[in-house]
Amino acid sequence: MTITQRVLGSRVLAALASPHGVDRYLEQMNPMWAATEVRARVVSVTRETTGEHPVATLVLQPTSTWRGHRSGQYVQVGVDLEGGRRTTRCFSISSGASLPGERFSITVRAHEEGIVSKYLVREAQPGLILHLSQAEGEFTLHESAATPTNNHLLMISGGSGITPVMSHVRTLLRDGYDGHANRKVTFLHYARSPEDQIFAEELAEIAAADNGVTVHLRYGNHFFDADELERIVGDFRDLDTWVCGPGGLVELVQEAYADSPRLRVEFFKPPAFAVDGDAEGTVAFARSGEAAANTGESILEQAEAAGLKPEYGCRMGICFSCTSRKTEGTVRNILTGETSSLPDEDIRICVSAPVGSCSVDL
Amino acid sequence: MTTLPFARPRKNTVRASDPKIPNLTPEQLEEFGAEMDAIRQRVIADLGQADADYIRGVVKKQQQFEVAGRAMFYFPPAWPLAVAALSVSKILENMEIGHNVMHGQYDWLGDPKLNSRIYDWDNVCPGEQWKYSHNYIHHTFTNILGKDRDIGYGVLRMDEDQKWHPYYLGNPVYALLLMTFFEWGVAMHDLEVENIVKGTRKMEENKQLHAGIMKKVKRQALKDYLIFPALTGPFFPLTFAGNAAANLVRNVWAFNIIFCGHFPAGVATFTEEECEDESRGHWYYRQLLGSANISGGKLFHTMSGNLSHQIEHHLFPDIPARRYPELAVEVKEICNRYGIEYNTGRLSKQLFSVARKIVRLSFPTPKPKTAAPADVEVAAAA
Ligand code: FES
Repeated sequence: MTITQRVLGSRVLAALASPHGVDRYLEQMNPMWAATEVRARVVSVTRETTGEHPVATLVLQPTSTWRGHRSGQYVQVGVDLEGGRRTTRCFSISSGASLPGERFSITVRAHEEGIVSKYLVREAQPGLILHLSQAEGEFTLHESAATPTNNHLLMISGGSGITPVMSHVRTLLRDGYDGHANRKVTFLHYARSPEDQIFAEELAEIAAADNGVTVHLRYGNHFFDADELERIVGDFRDLDTWVCGPGGLVELVQEAYADSPRLRVEFFKPPAFAVDGDAEGTVAFARSGEAAANTGESILEQAEAAGLKPEYGCRMGICFSCTSRKTEGTVRNILTGETSSLPDEDIRICVSAPVGSCSVDL
Repeated sequence: MTTLPFARPRKNTVRASDPKIPNLTPEQLEEFGAEMDAIRQRVIADLGQADADYIRGVVKKQQQFEVAGRAMFYFPPAWPLAVAALSVSKILENMEIGHNVMHGQYDWLGDPKLNSRIYDWDNVCPGEQWKYSHNYIHHTFTNILGKDRDIGYGVLRMDEDQKWHPYYLGNPVYALLLMTFFEWGVAMHDLEVENIVKGTRKMEENKQLHAGIMKKVKRQALKDYLIFPALTGPFFPLTFAGNAAANLVRNVWAFNIIFCGHFPAGVATFTEEECEDESRGHWYYRQLLGSANISGGKLFHTMSGNLSHQIEHHLFPDIPARRYPELAVEVKEICNRYGIEYNTGRLSKQLFSVARKIVRLSFPTPKPKTAAPADVEVAAAA
């Protein structure tokens, strides 16, 4: 930490700059100046695929407050969208591990319902400022070039789930982990089609080079199959494995690994759209571990019926005392009838009723 | 103002049961509520870039005033200017930014710096406590006697139904003191000292609140009365006095705007029974009868955090305040149709009305002698 950073982040300065905080002043002067917040400027946007849901890699120059990342971690990216709403989503970092203040990249697929991903792929231009978190997540590597082991590492990914796994492979290769002396890396990836394949060129290069990394690409309806994996790597349950991809793939792999502690999993959470009627499904209260059949009443009422005591005030949507985080599912605003399916959204539970199943952090 | 089929009696305080206030039938109330809900829904759907730009613009302006004010303390001849700039900054921050942001009006922006859960204003009252007593208690139980502690703030007699006691002879003095030390009054509000005196609240219940207040007070005092003055070196006393003056100006301004929002003549109070199992329509109706507006220009509205549109604020507390002037047009029209008076007036008129109430209620309220108490009051006030 430099002296400037230490001064900028000090409590005294924070007190003087209250209530807005030092960052709000710095940001007014230059969006790349920050005391504690992390922001980033988009340096370049490169299309990776041209398919129906195109993918782009964005190279980001973070503010000096960025503490760096370990491969496999993700970052929350907040975008100021048209209409004034800042919307935040998590994206895995696709470049190798970074040091404080160093550039890194995220690779994003434009999903139909993903407003942020669509914006980043289609609209983002160099110069755009993004609001970031520090790197988060435990889907990390414990291997390093400095203290190599002779473990055989296995990476399994599907679709855009390739990003954190790619970060692992890139980090290993960059740091001189060459896979020789029995230190092999096997990379198994499932993509919709060759046109949809992210990092196709780089993967071909990695596969061709003499580096101990073998790459297996599977396309189309070729689903994960434990027997096939066994043929490729032998007894996979004893291999340190990282799997990342859509729920279907992850579930199959988890099944195959039974309870093997060697498996590390990263999920992608797509917005879950309600298909069933209002009063169907289950309401899960994630923090307390309770769950109950959805009665169609407000989440506050359902939580209370389940024996929980969430904070509340007016019970009519005006005081915000009851604001809680909905992690999954669709809710309908009882007052306006509006529905919303965004994951990780703050809602007023006294005026929100679940439409189908949903999960709330209560 | 347009002439209305029902004129409100000019007495100190009006009860919602007063025969001169239109008593809507349950069906009417439902319709009335639906009309309000429709307005609300339309505005919420329309929130967007303009609202985002507006609040960020206000924050920027406020920061500029603050920086200018703090900087001018280094140049003593500019002291009055410095105080003026800092006062403007503090008023904007407390009213248009703090109050409104902490209401959750801008939560939809997704900007953590303008989020009601995170923002804590430049005021000795901790945001967390204020949100409870204001957003929840005051906005939910507005003008219900015995439930809305903002009626007189536990210090003043602001309604005839508050029993008179010789203590209230000091009503005008207390009001002046509350005005001068308004932010402290707001901070102490949650401690419900009056209930402790009465014995209905225990000291222990205040422990946590007390700790929260002390923490915030320290932070505020450190900033305004120690570090900033110290940073100006030899001008310490001047800067100290300047900061105190700016806080005072903000106190006086905020007190006056807020008192004009709920206490001018004609604003009605309700009993708990009247609000039992209240419908949404009745809640709107109560908000409308329990608030008053102050008319004025654009700058005036901004400087009051648009709380000069107290009526619209109470109907739609979580809608960005900059929308209130536009909403007022529709609300007025609806009031006209239902024959409900829309209480508004110039600042001087509303202030005078409030002051008169404060003075008159310092004396015991004479018992009505005839069967038509309202008329007696009209005569007395005329
Ligand atoms: S309890 Fe007041 S907004 Fe939900």
